[in-house]
Amino acid sequence: MIRRLLALTPAFALTGCGGAQSVLDPASDQAASVFGVWTLMLWICGIMYALVLAFLALAIWRARRGLAGPPLAEGQKSPADRPLLRWLTGWVGLVVAGLLVLTFGSFLVDRQLAMADQRNALTVRITGYQWWWRVEYDDPVPSRRFVTANELHLPVDRPVRLELEAGDVIHSFWVPNLSGKQDLIPGRTNRLLVTPRRIGQFRGQCAEFCGLQHAWMALDVTVEPQTTFAAWAEAQRRAPPAPATAQAVHGRDVFVGAACNSCHQVVGQPAQGQTGPDLTHLASRRSLAAGARPYSRTALDEWLKNPQALKPGNHMPLVKMRPEERAALVAYLDTLK
Amino acid sequence: MTSRVAAFGAVLLCLAACQRETRALTGQAAPSAPAVAPGELRAGGGLASPPVDPAGAAYEGNAFEISEGQRNYDWFNCYGCHGAGGGDIGPALMDDEWRYGGAITQIRASIADGRPNGMPSFRDKLTDRQLWQIAAYVRSMSGRADKLAASSRNDEMRTTPPTNQARPGPEQSDTSGGEVRR
Repeated sequence: MIRRLLALTPAFALTGCGGAQSVLDPASDQAASVFGVWTLMLWICGIMYALVLAFLALAIWRARRGLAGPPLAEGQKSPADRPLLRWLTGWVGLVVAGLLVLTFGSFLVDRQLAMADQRNALTVRITGYQWWWRVEYDDPVPSRRFVTANELHLPVDRPVRLELEAGDVIHSFWVPNLSGKQDLIPGRTNRLLVTPRRIGQFRGQCAEFCGLQHAWMALDVTVEPQTTFAAWAEAQRRAPPAPATAQAVHGRDVFVGAACNSCHQVVGQPAQGQTGPDLTHLASRRSLAAGARPYSRTALDEWLKNPQALKPGNHMPLVKMRPEERAALVAYLDTLK
Repeated sequence: MTSRVAAFGAVLLCLAACQRETRALTGQAAPSAPAVAPGELRAGGGLASPPVDPAGAAYEGNAFEISEGQRNYDWFNCYGCHGAGGGDIGPALMDDEWRYGGAITQIRASIADGRPNGMPSFRDKLTDRQLWQIAAYVRSMSGRADKLAASSRNDEMRTTPPTNQARPGPEQSDTSGGEVRR
């Protein structure tokens, strides 16, 4: 029984390795290459570790047996010296060979990443702020560019060139399923190429400590078929529908009349603030406040009630409004699909 | 034996210091003193009978509230008129001249009710707590806040020194009745 449980333990441990935020579940060419190097390293280091333990056990066993023999005289060589020298030479050879395989393996993968096919690449500019992501889809036609926040949609099987920038402090872009980490440095642009190969929903996370809410600086990543992506991008370029109900119209007036519009933008409305996340299609997103809560009207209401309670220290102030004003605002924001 | 008891006592004494300040993130401030009628104002001389609110002391001596006041000062655009404290189209806040009184209760009343010649009323825009926090920060600008509570580091690049280095000059206002006694 115990033996069976012991055999099952590694299997249980491995179930934690898949998922939406895992290096061990690659969904792009780049992540697959890095995963290849990682697997190679795991095998080489695992075998070396097992060998070290085996030799240690052997040495302990031999030493206990060897104590039984007569003691060595002055100047007499131990009969174990020659085989020991032979073993140690072999050991050095093994270490050198293992390191060479790892060096060449990482060199080849590095070359492969640097020489990846960039033709027909989509360009997305990602800017890190405390504590959210601004995502801008580039296009040769300026009117077809659009901005969203905390959400990255990518077409499958098409290379994407990510241009990474920072608006305040150093952040780090890390979507484990798609690529390794890349820092976002204020004042310079870092580039990262990703070619997604598997459709799915993944999670990115800031990987460089950037302040109080660093942990709640997540990025929802969706890899989807090219036609779905094109439809999504077209929808993002359009302004959201004008508010239809009386409550939503009131909510729009609250949004434009209270402090909201000094930081947030909603395309098609006189709200052009650029310091906070773009809210044009807020209600179509998966989460609120950079992954702090899954999107829902109740979560939105809770957030507006006091942003400092849900995500203490963040840069959105509590804006005073009456309960009916807040309800109207939530109703309006919920129409931004 | 004696040394062991002494060591145990020392540990107990150390533990007594292990108290962390609780920061009320959602808490509402206690209701403040009633608004001041414009008729009670006396430019240059503060209020004829300044209302004293004991709640002010808790904000004035608290580092968290003062730094939240600084963030609110930025967010609600006090900059627009008062600059980083040196003043612009609004009066300077980092000197010690107070047209309507320099006690925290009086500063709070000026923000909440507005003042003639341009200062709007923020009573409907800010929560009571935000009013107190901004008032505490404004007071710290001229070096009036507790040195241990005032910030040693500004959030962003400023033209003014950190508030814990501000040197209070001779205060030129009538705070006789408005000063919060501690």
